[in-house]
Amino acid sequence: MLLEAKNIVFGYERGRNILENMSLSIESGERLALVGPSGCGKSTLAQILAGNYVPGSGQVLLDGKALPRRGFCPVQLIYQHPEKALNPRWKLGKSLFEAWAPDDGFLNALGIEKVWLSRYPAELSGGEMQRFCIARALAPETRFLIADEITTMLDVVTQAQIWNMLLRIAAERNLGILAVTHNGELAKKISARTVTFPEKT
Amino acid sequence: MRGKAANLKEADAGMKRMVISMGMKGIFAKKRGRRTAAAITGCVFFVILLAIYIGGALLPDSALAADFSQKSLPPSMKHLFGTDFLGRDMFVRTVKGLSLSLAVGAVASVISALIALAVGVTAAMGRGIADHAVNWFIDVFMSVPHTVLIILISVAFSRGAFGMLVGLAVTHWVSLARIIRGEVLQIRSMQYITASRRFGKSRLWIARKHILPHMLPQFFVGLILLFPHAIMHESGLTFLGFGLPPEQPAIGIILSESMKYLSGGAFWLALFPGLALVLLVLMIDKLGNTIRSLLEPREAQL
Repeated sequence: MLLEAKNIVFGYERGRNILENMSLSIESGERLALVGPSGCGKSTLAQILAGNYVPGSGQVLLDGKALPRRGFCPVQLIYQHPEKALNPRWKLGKSLFEAWAPDDGFLNALGIEKVWLSRYPAELSGGEMQRFCIARALAPETRFLIADEITTMLDVVTQAQIWNMLLRIAAERNLGILAVTHNGELAKKISARTVTFPEKT
Repeated sequence: MRGKAANLKEADAGMKRMVISMGMKGIFAKKRGRRTAAAITGCVFFVILLAIYIGGALLPDSALAADFSQKSLPPSMKHLFGTDFLGRDMFVRTVKGLSLSLAVGAVASVISALIALAVGVTAAMGRGIADHAVNWFIDVFMSVPHTVLIILISVAFSRGAFGMLVGLAVTHWVSLARIIRGEVLQIRSMQYITASRRFGKSRLWIARKHILPHMLPQFFVGLILLFPHAIMHESGLTFLGFGLPPEQPAIGIILSESMKYLSGGAFWLALFPGLALVLLVLMIDKLGNTIRSLLEPREAQL
């Protein structure tokens, strides 16, 4: 499968585009890193690729077709702040099963302990919550993962753990990964190819 | 000698520290105490309101029978609020009137709050046309004086208890609908809602599972705070003759009847029932605010 962004133009305000004619493509099984300074539009592009924002012009195509508006989206976005991506009034088990019903082996592989399922987001640490967000996004229908700074707020050991396990699962399932980061070293470590955003002039 | 002075100084500092730490403890105790006090106040008010309602409902109609031997008596131990020109006990009439007001207020504010919830959520979830339409509608409702609107609706619905209930129910939802719309707008922009959409959940499912539970505290507080409005409007309407029929023991009826006798010095006919109504309304208002402060401790700043 192929996920393409073609000539994307996007601006939050009229007359001030943050993305001008941006194009990129990822294939299944490919790992691509998107690197650039803060405020350059990396996250915006991630949102557009996941179908959350509609670009001013240009298209996001999955195998030549537009992303489905309804139903489970094969392109899943994992957010930077897991505490915002989980309903604070839901126990984590409920949030997890909202997407799909993983088995125990899968949870084990992600380092999710069973007792966490009956806890609220406020009772877990950032890394623990992020594991849930990743588990949610790894439903069987998922083909591409957009990882928007998913480990930026975590310590180095946890970062390594999470990326190791994510890359392993992605390789098993032949998922395409777009990792958005401003950490060049991390980008080198996890991806074969890097797209660097130009410095704004 | 010097050693002793140093010891004293140290002891003094120790005392000071202790006083400070005790002061801190005192503040914390006070804070916890305030929450408990709020809960107790709420409970007491609730019990009083319940007692008024049940008392009024249980009192037999025979307690309101005319007794011309007891005509127009001022307040006494036998007749706490005095008697009226037909010799009916004003205390019984007042309790029955308040009880009726509570029932009317409850029905009207529950219907109003449900309308507000439905309208607010629809507006915020629908966006575009639905949102514009609802906002326009709210503006229209708010631009017409409340009482006039209720009178018009109540007359259109053949007056009486039913017409008034309809009037009260369809005019009180606007402000709460606005609040709920704002809250929904805020919550629907959360990332977990977007994520839910991407997991293939429908708008309806998200509204039911994600958004409605967040609205419940606001809904219940809004519901209780609508109550006093509805009761005041009910009494006002009845006083003006557009509300409950004269055979009902309503506060509005009592007050409008008393107008004829006030000039004769029968102050108790209006004073006690009116005062009771004001107290009832204040109590419900306080109850609503107490519940709000207990549900949302950060926003209410006890």
